[in-house]
Order: sequence, then C-alpha cells, then structure tokens
Amino acid sequence: MNLILISLLTLGIVGAASAIILYFVAKKFYVYEDPRIDEVEAALPAANCGGCGFPGCRGFANACVSADTLDGLNCPVGGNDTMQAVASILGKTVASSAPTVAVVRCGGTCDHRPRMNEYDGVQHCFIAHNLYSGETGCSWGCLGLGDCEVSCEFDAIKVNPITKIPEVDEDKCTSCGACVRACPKLLIEIRKKGPKSRRIYVNCRNEDKGHIAKKSCDVSCIGCGKCVQVCPHEAITITNNLAFIHDDKCKLCRKCVEVCPTHSIVELNFPPRKVKEPLTPEGD
Amino acid sequence: MEKLIISPAPHIHGGDTVAKNMTGVIIALIPALLVGFYFFGLGALVVTLTSVAACVLIEYLIQKYLLKEQPSIMDGSAALTGLLLAMNLPSNLPLWMIIIGAIVAIGIGKMSFGGLGNNPFNPALVGRVFLLISFPVQMTTWPRPVPFSTAYLDAETAPTVLSMLKENFGELPSTMEMFLGNMGGSLGEISAIALLIGMAYMIIRKIISWHIPVSILATVFIFAGILHLANPEVYAAPAMHLFSGGLMLGAVFMATDYVTSPMNPRGMLVYGVGIGVITVVIRAFGAYPEGVSFAILIMNAFTPLINTYIKPRRFGEKVKK
Amino acid sequence: MKTFRIGGIHPKENKFSAGKKIQVAAIPKQVVIPLSHYIGAPSEAVVKRGDLVKVGQLIGKANGFISANVHSSVSGKVTKIDVQLDATGYKRQAVFIDVDGDEWLDNIDRSPDLKRECNLSKEEILEKIKDAGIVGLGGATFPAHVKLSPPPGKKADVLIINAVECESYLTCDHQLMLEKGEEILVGVTILMKALEVKRAVIGIENNKKDAIAHLSNLAKIYPGIEVEALKVQYPQGGEKQLIDAIIRRQVPSGRIPIEVGAVVQNVGTTFAVYEAVQKNKPMIERVMTITGKDAPNPGNYLVRLGVYLQNVVDEAGGVPEGTGKIVGGGPMMGRSFMNLNVPMAKGSAGVLFLRDEEAVRKPMKNCIRCTKCVTVCPMGLEPFLLMNQSERNMWPEMEKNRVMDCIECGSCSYTCPSNRPLLDYIRYGKTTVGGIIRSRATAK
Repeated sequence: MNLILISLLTLGIVGAASAIILYFVAKKFYVYEDPRIDEVEAALPAANCGGCGFPGCRGFANACVSADTLDGLNCPVGGNDTMQAVASILGKTVASSAPTVAVVRCGGTCDHRPRMNEYDGVQHCFIAHNLYSGETGCSWGCLGLGDCEVSCEFDAIKVNPITKIPEVDEDKCTSCGACVRACPKLLIEIRKKGPKSRRIYVNCRNEDKGHIAKKSCDVSCIGCGKCVQVCPHEAITITNNLAFIHDDKCKLCRKCVEVCPTHSIVELNFPPRKVKEPLTPEGD
Repeated sequence: MEKLIISPAPHIHGGDTVAKNMTGVIIALIPALLVGFYFFGLGALVVTLTSVAACVLIEYLIQKYLLKEQPSIMDGSAALTGLLLAMNLPSNLPLWMIIIGAIVAIGIGKMSFGGLGNNPFNPALVGRVFLLISFPVQMTTWPRPVPFSTAYLDAETAPTVLSMLKENFGELPSTMEMFLGNMGGSLGEISAIALLIGMAYMIIRKIISWHIPVSILATVFIFAGILHLANPEVYAAPAMHLFSGGLMLGAVFMATDYVTSPMNPRGMLVYGVGIGVITVVIRAFGAYPEGVSFAILIMNAFTPLINTYIKPRRFGEKVKK
Repeated sequence: MKTFRIGGIHPKENKFSAGKKIQVAAIPKQVVIPLSHYIGAPSEAVVKRGDLVKVGQLIGKANGFISANVHSSVSGKVTKIDVQLDATGYKRQAVFIDVDGDEWLDNIDRSPDLKRECNLSKEEILEKIKDAGIVGLGGATFPAHVKLSPPPGKKADVLIINAVECESYLTCDHQLMLEKGEEILVGVTILMKALEVKRAVIGIENNKKDAIAHLSNLAKIYPGIEVEALKVQYPQGGEKQLIDAIIRRQVPSGRIPIEVGAVVQNVGTTFAVYEAVQKNKPMIERVMTITGKDAPNPGNYLVRLGVYLQNVVDEAGGVPEGTGKIVGGGPMMGRSFMNLNVPMAKGSAGVLFLRDEEAVRKPMKNCIRCTKCVTVCPMGLEPFLLMNQSERNMWPEMEKNRVMDCIECGSCSYTCPSNRPLLDYIRYGKTTVGGIIRSRATAK
C-alpha cells in the first residue's frame, strides 16, 4: 500500500513539475509566426522539390507571405491554379504564366550516333563527363547514364533503354528544373509547353563546326542558317554553329522544320500535314 | 579491340576480394579450432559444423526467398559468422539451440540491417548474447576438457576460471595451463596461444591491424593490474584476466570484425580501450562472471560516434618548421 | 630506407621495358600538335594555314600565367588549325602539320656534346625555360617556370628531383637517367641556380639500383647534389609525398610545396631544362614507354610531340591481340585513350596495353568497412566516407572531410576488396566542391 502511494506521489510530482516547466519554457521561447504561412503552405503541392528556388514548400510560403508582390514567385509544380489560390489567401494578384515543360535537346539515338568506345566507369553522367566526351563521336550529346532520371522527384524523365536518350513524360513533368541542373551536358531546357503541347525546338546542342558535327551524328545541327532565313518571326538565332528557337517569339509555323537538312529541328504533337510538300526549299 | 574500353583511373586493381579476407580470418581461426576439437572432441565438431551449416543456409534462404537477391554465401562471411558463433558456445549445447542462435545471428543480427557491411552489431555476438540471456543455464555449463572425448550432450561439466573467481571456489589451473588451453570454457576461447597465432597470421597478412587487439589486451592488463594491486584478495591477477574467459577470442576475432569496428587507427584505439575497461568492470563488479561479449556489443554501438568524431591523422596535420 | 609516412601501396611493378635502350621513333607524314595542356589556358596559335615551319619554331604562344609555349616538332607546312580529339578525351584546338624533311632552326645545338658551364643569370635561365615551353613531365604538365618563380616572400631552400617513377610499367625516366645522367645533373645545377638553392636531392626508388649507383657516382663532382634511394611504394612520386619522404616536411592542407621551402621537378623536366638552356632546344620531343603484358616490343622511345598514337604504336610492333584498353601514362593515374587517332602531348609518359580481362572492372559489392582504403590513403583521408557522401551529394560535409586534399592517386580503388569505385566518386565530389569553393571566392 505504502509502495503504491509513494510511487503515485513521486510520479505525480515529477509530472506536475515537468508540466509547469514546459509551460514557462513554451511562453518564454514563443515565436510569433504569421498564420498565413501555414495557410499558403497548405495550398502548395507539398512536393518540396525546390523548383521554385526556395528550400521546400514552407520556404516558398514564407517568401510569398513576406514579399510585397508575387512577381517572380512561381510554383512550377502547382502551376497557375496554385498560384491563384496563394494569391487569394494573401489578397494579392498574380499574373498567369504559360505552362512549361522540360525538353531534352539531343536526338542522338543509337541509330544516328554510333558508339565508338565502351564506357566502363560508374554509371553516372557527371563522372563520365568529367572523364571524357562520351561513348560517341559527339562531345555535346547525351551520355545516357541517367543523372536526370535520378534527379527527378516526379518520375517524369526516363532514359529509353533502346535509344539511350531520356524521354519526358509531359503529364508528370512539373518543370521544377531538377533535371536541368543535373545534366552535365546542359541538354535539358525548360520550354513553354505550347498550345495542345505543340512545340518546335532544335533537338541538338552541338556547337562544333558543321562538318565535324555532321560526322559524329546524323541529326546534329550544323549551323547552316536555313531555318533563320525561312523564319518569318525572327525567332531563330545561331550562335557558335548552333540554332536556337526562342519560344516567346515562335509562332509554331513549322517552316523551319521543313527546311532543316539534318532534321535536327523537331515538331511535337502536331497533326500530320494535310498537303505533303516536297522537303527541298525553292532556293536549291 | 573493336571498341576500346574507357574508364577513369586507376586501371588496375590489387586483386583483393571480400572472399579472400574472409578465408584469411577462417584460416587464422584454425589453430584455436583444433585446440577446441582436441579438448572437447566430438561435441566441438558437432557444434561447429551445425553452426556453420545453419548460418550459411539461413543467409542463403533469406537472400533467395525473402530479399530476392543474388545469394552471396560464397564470399565466406556467413561461414565465418557461423564459425565465430560456434567458438563462443559450450561444446555440449543442444543442436536446436545452436540453430536458434544462428537464426538470430544471421537473421536479426545481419540480414535485417541489409546484409554484409550494414549491421551495427557483430552478428555472432548478437547470436551468442541472445542464447546467453535466453538459456543461461545451458550457456554457462561448460564441459571439462578431456582430450579426444567422444561425449557430446552427456559431457562431464566443469566451471570456468572466471566463475571460480566470482564464486570463490575450486582450484584454479596454472597460468601455463590457461595459456595452452587446458581449462573449461567455450569451445574456441580456451587456448590463448592458438588465438595469438591466429592474430599474428592476420596482422602479417594485413587482414587486421594491431590496434584493436593490442589496445584491448593492454587496457585489461593495466586496469585489472591496478585493481589487483589495490586489493589482491578480491581482484584477480591481470594474467588471470588475460588468459581466462573469452577475452582473447573477443579481442582477436570478435572486436576486430570489419563491419562493426571503427574506421581508423585512432578510433580503433579508443574502441579497444573502451572494450577493455567495460570488460574488467563487468567481470569485477557485474553480475555476470564474463563481460567481453557485452563490452564489444556496447562499443559496437559507439562505433558510429567514434567514426564521426575521431578522424585519421591527416597529411600535413602537424606543421613541423 | 626513407619513404612517406602515411598510407601507400605496392602494386606489381611489371617494368618490362626496364633497361631497353631509348630508340628514336620515325617521324610520320603528318603530326597534330595540341595547343592546350592538361592544366591551364590553351596556347594561342601564332601560325596560320599554309605557313612553313621548322623544327623548334614557335607555333603556339602561352596565353596567361599558367600556360606554356608550343613549338613545332617537325618541319613542314601547316595544313589547318582545327579541333582534334586529344588525350583529355575532348576535341580541342590543335595545329595540323604535313611533314616535309627534318629541318631544324639554326640556333638549336644538335651535337651530342655535354655542355657543363652555364654563365646565364637566374632571370635569363627562367626566361629560356619559359620560352622553351617546358612543362612538368610527370603527368600534370604544370608549367616549369611557374614553379621555379616562388611567390614574393617565399624562398626555397631545397630542390627535389622526382625520379621515383612509382607507377608500375613505366621506365622512361629510369632509362633517361641511365643514358643522360650527366646532362640531368647539369640540368639540376641550372635549376639550383634559378632557384638560388644550395641543396638538391634526387629521389629514386630502390627498384632502380643501377640508376642510383650511376647518378651517385656522377654526382660526386657536383657540390650540393645528393642521390637518395627510397623504398618502393606508390604514390611516392606525388609531390607532397616525395617532400615528406626526403626532407620529412609535410605540406599543410591547401598549401603548395614552396611553403615548406621545397620545389619539386621531374627528372625528365630537368633533362628538358638542360636541353633548353644549354642547347636552345625547346620542348618538342620526349621519352615514352610503350609496354604491356602482351606488348610485342616493350621499350622506351624518343617521340616527337603531336605524333598520332597509331604511329607510336606501329613503331613498337602494333597493338597486341586481345587488348581491351590503351592507357596513356601509368596504370594508376593514366587516362584511357578513345581511339588510336590521338596526338601525343607533353605529358604522355607512356602507352600501356591492358588485356581485355584486366581492362574491365569487376562488379561492385557492399562496403565491408574493412578500413583498407583509410590505411592506404597517402593523405590520411577516409575514402569510404567521401564516396558515400559524394553519392548523396553532401558537398559541405565532403569539404569538411578534406576532399580537396585528395591527390587522386587511386590507392583506395586499387585496394578495395569490394571493387568499389571510390576514386570515381571522390573525383566527382572534388570537382563539385572545387566549383563551390571557387564560386564562393568570386562572390566575395
């Protein structure tokens, strides 16, 4: 009896003392936090991918609450809907931005770009890139070892085992930019998704002179400039023997696709052309 | 020559393998094992074979059917665990207990953490301590050493030196007898000389470094020596401590387990001193007569901490002008 | 016998070409001379298409502080200046020359006579070394004149000549010492004069007893030059390891050897310095070892720079059957060649044929935490830990664990019983952490 009483008393005293101490400590070290941060965080997708440039969703929520305007703040995963929700919580306005998607700019599949040697190191693009230019003759193209695949939190980019080129799953891609940072060859770009996912881009990053590029890969951009001449919207520029289509100027007219001699400009998700025109332009 | 192979340097490899290291340890165990067979006869043989076979089989089954990965029993680590477990058991232990010990050692001590290289505690010791706590009577009745005996479960039993010291009874064997191994105990721990031969082999073959065994033995000797000088009536002489019980086996083979010991010489010394101190504390003041297994397991738990805070001597650390 | 105090391994030596006389390789029809080096900025071409050049003529001018001049190794006509896949594994600028005869510049002394006296001042010597485009021939190809000009306030008190040749297979330095011992010693006196030091030590590993005896004998008449026999251990040829082995001073983390008063030069570089200063001959050729277990004709060859690997290999009897990998340099730190159309550069110390079965790595297993990598690391690092952190992109932790100290000797990967590619990952981490440190420095 005595034993039970003593145990109860000791435990009770310890419990009470702890509660009192905890109460005062909690009071003493209380930190005020804007309750809107929690609200904004709840509206975010909770992917914690860092695609917004802040450490995790809470970091982004914090930035949204403390910023004067929402300009320049964008959650690539949630897109416009999420940003509208955030704006309404905070009573701010946000301009809607066009949806974007990651695009791999290398068309050097095994058929187009024969393998010249065999890499036997760690299957890691960055390590191979540090060592040498790659298994093929093209020192700019995809190594196919899958750093982008590992970096993707959303399972949206996968190296095709047959072509050895990564492919982006548009539905899953949130354009968070993790793969862009992971690729040592800087092949991946965040581009406008385009209406009905229609896109035109130069599927090559090779900055070598035309004859060298052509030798190492059939579908490389040789910097011939035909696309620049034919583009009615001045959306294409050539720097270092490499064409680039600016997605803010491109009107998706597909003229460049037709003239490209190496088929390194690709169109995605367009309906098939109604009239089959000859591929050779009039100038020839 | 069709396609040249490209890889980062270095382009050659020393040819060392996991299997070579494990076989090296097994070879180093042979002298102690032979002494065990000599003094405990058939029982020792049965226990050893059962333990090794059980460990290898359990690892194979777990890898094949539970983890669904390529079984790696050929690297010898499971066989080594089985051998070490057997050496820590009395040679009159029933078969089913040995198999339980093997299941705990491999299943819980090793594979549940991800297999070779990931276990925080020495699997053989996990198995042994599990048996010691579960079956204290069977685990602490050791057969009397009789050369070439054919007895197994029915072997005549004898107390160990440490339990004699703890309980203050019986006539202690001479230091020389203890050194050679003519005393009661687990089947692999009795002969200090055979274990020391194994240690010398492993150090020469560079399988282990001297740091762990030497620091454990030195610490036990010094610490036990201080206690002995303070009160020779109560505390045994340091030589008694060195040659009795599982200390030699623990210091040479159990504490030096690659996976669970620290990763640099300085850390190894700290680890060894820790094991030595805890061993003597348990032996002198604890309830159990023997404390090496517990000491090693406790220091295994400290290994990650030692690895974090004690770094190897870096090049250029001390600037000599 | 002296050696460095931390770590080290001893791979099988396999010096098949030891004692083979240096043979002069034939000059092919076309050479391609790379304008860039392993380290530093590429040189700037000073010739153009169609120019006629002579042997020894300047074709690439040093571009920046850590850069070196490049000279033509043949006489003939420049056909183009274009990119060429070189030993670094990337396409880089190079000068293509069609060979026509073998006409040398007039001021180059091609006689074999030994010229002992050097009456030039320190500045004149440095100028000549710089003009001759001499880089460290040990492999890193760091420009020699930069190392010989200590930063203000720092003073060297000892010159160390690296003649250890600790890589297996390679013998070019060994043979050079046997054949050009006297010239090397004159080169050492020139370097001593340039550095204003009274003491020079030539460190040679003890597997080259004939070279040790030969040089010790010759060195008797040169005051201040000692020959030190060293225990055979890799990576003794590492700059910091060699200083530790010979004068027992350890260069602190992140510092350079001059801070402990030492300057290290390779023995091949020393010979090149002799030729540049005494004979006006710029760096246009070097001794290379061509070797391998199946090599038909392992030996040491004097090869002009810019010669295609194909020509060099033909010189030694072609690529042996069953070769899986061709390594430029030693087996521990060399780079594997992508094909045979690669020009030889100043840092190419050897060509090594590895058999198919040697060339392929064995599958990697779990780390068994055996501590062997920690034991062999000559810098006292923890390779297993660095690899784990690199796999997980833990860059700040790697920096704290001193990844930048790694000398990339490969001892850890060589030793690992589980065949783990430790160095691959550490190099990855080192590159990334190095980038982070540089961007932090520029941000300040």
